[in-house]
Amino acid sequence: MNATRYAYYPGCSGKGVGRAYEESLLAVFEHLGAGLDELEDWNCCGATAWPSVDEQQANALAARNLALTEDRSPNGDPVDLVAACTGCYRALVRAETVLNERGPAAEKLGGALASIGLDYEGRARTRHPLDILVNEIGLDRIREAVVRPLSGVKVASYYGCLLVRPFATFDDQWNPTSMDRLVEAIGAEPVDWPLKTRCCGGSCYCGGPVIGVMPEATMQLSHALLREAKARDADLIVTICPLCQFNMEGFQDRMTKRFGHPHDMPVAFISQLVGIALGIDEKRLGIHRLLRWRLPEGEPATVGGGDHVPA
Amino acid sequence: MQTIEETRTRPTTQPRKKWRPVKDQSKFEAQLDPGFAAEIAAEVEGGERLHQCIQCGTCSSVCPLSAYMDLTPRRLVAMARAGARDDVLHSVSPWVCTSCFACTVECPKRIPITDIMHALRRISLREVTYPRRFITPVMTRAFVDMISSRGRSTESWISLKLYLKTRPTELLKNLPVGSRLVQQGRLGIRRESIRGREDLRTMLEAVAR
Repeated sequence: MNATRYAYYPGCSGKGVGRAYEESLLAVFEHLGAGLDELEDWNCCGATAWPSVDEQQANALAARNLALTEDRSPNGDPVDLVAACTGCYRALVRAETVLNERGPAAEKLGGALASIGLDYEGRARTRHPLDILVNEIGLDRIREAVVRPLSGVKVASYYGCLLVRPFATFDDQWNPTSMDRLVEAIGAEPVDWPLKTRCCGGSCYCGGPVIGVMPEATMQLSHALLREAKARDADLIVTICPLCQFNMEGFQDRMTKRFGHPHDMPVAFISQLVGIALGIDEKRLGIHRLLRWRLPEGEPATVGGGDHVPA
Repeated sequence: MQTIEETRTRPTTQPRKKWRPVKDQSKFEAQLDPGFAAEIAAEVEGGERLHQCIQCGTCSSVCPLSAYMDLTPRRLVAMARAGARDDVLHSVSPWVCTSCFACTVECPKRIPITDIMHALRRISLREVTYPRRFITPVMTRAFVDMISSRGRSTESWISLKLYLKTRPTELLKNLPVGSRLVQQGRLGIRRESIRGREDLRTMLEAVAR
């Protein structure tokens, strides 16, 4: 099997608060025979802060990354750019949509790119790592590669806002399931809960730990998520957004104080959980970078077999 | 259109007015600006659908932050459409919005409410009507400054700048978490930057032109 290699866009959080996300993604992709090569000299995607100043400039920022991605494949083939952070993913998809509409806005962006010797032909496509894991690599291949099925672990999958909004890309807008299916494939038990795409209050600003924006509002929103996951008996929450992850994980002590409701819920990245099931060393998955981490005590399932594979 | 220099320093050349909260001042017909809806429509693709709003309130009910807004999204849309320009532009609501797009997705009339929020932010930045000590405008500016000069953002620097500028007490409250993040290597001090900084500048200026 030829190793598929993707261009990879870490985003600013992937180098900071979400470092464990990057580490675990790289490890998991490599383990599954699909490499991620970091895009050379990528720049910030513009996040949701830049459109508040100038929409076209925000799109131009994202467009530069798309154009740089195309440069990686000069022979005219379509090329995928895997954007890890959900905020970046959405910003890149937004620019891609504008460019592919080929309207006056796209012309302007094209001119701006041309001014620095770049060009977007429409070959670069933004993908989400979850999309690649579930729809390209495939659940079957992941299921086969599992050496430590996480049987009995109840996992609440939190998708956050920007993966499915403002328009759906590869998953259902109201009830996304790709992460749940992935959880099932590694032998764990997905928890059914209604807050999959409810805003966590992280504000999706690439500013990282910006709970300072509105601490009260942020804590209320994250509190609701954590409480609901707990009420539904989840052992941990997994997510795909560095900001959501930090937002829900980092302020549990403050939330406990504020709401008088004890919070102690591990919040991890889905790639970390998959990595554990694949038997990758915890150090490589950045587990030590989580503020709280534990898997429920249980009979560790044996390698190769058992009834962990759902029908 | 703003040049980079302008976006990097103060948003406009207008003198900084004292910010006032929304006071429902637009009570009389003469105080309304009937062209406001058209102004928004020119900023946002699909913004003209503002006129089709049936005031069902779905946006306000799905908005996770409407409780913290002075004008809920439904009210904001109604007032914008009626032309209560001054009140709308002084509202904190666009700055409270987290851009989660729940309203946009649920709106039965497909009004791009989140994009309208962004447009209102742009207009209020231009006209200096944004809430002065509110953190989001400061954050937006700090973020834009950092990206236009370095090409990438470094979370630690932005957070520090924000806390110091707006609420130093929060810095103290979050010190325990912050120090753990540093220990875990999740909060680097080194400022990220790219090689193509000049390119980035040229490109952004080309768009602004």
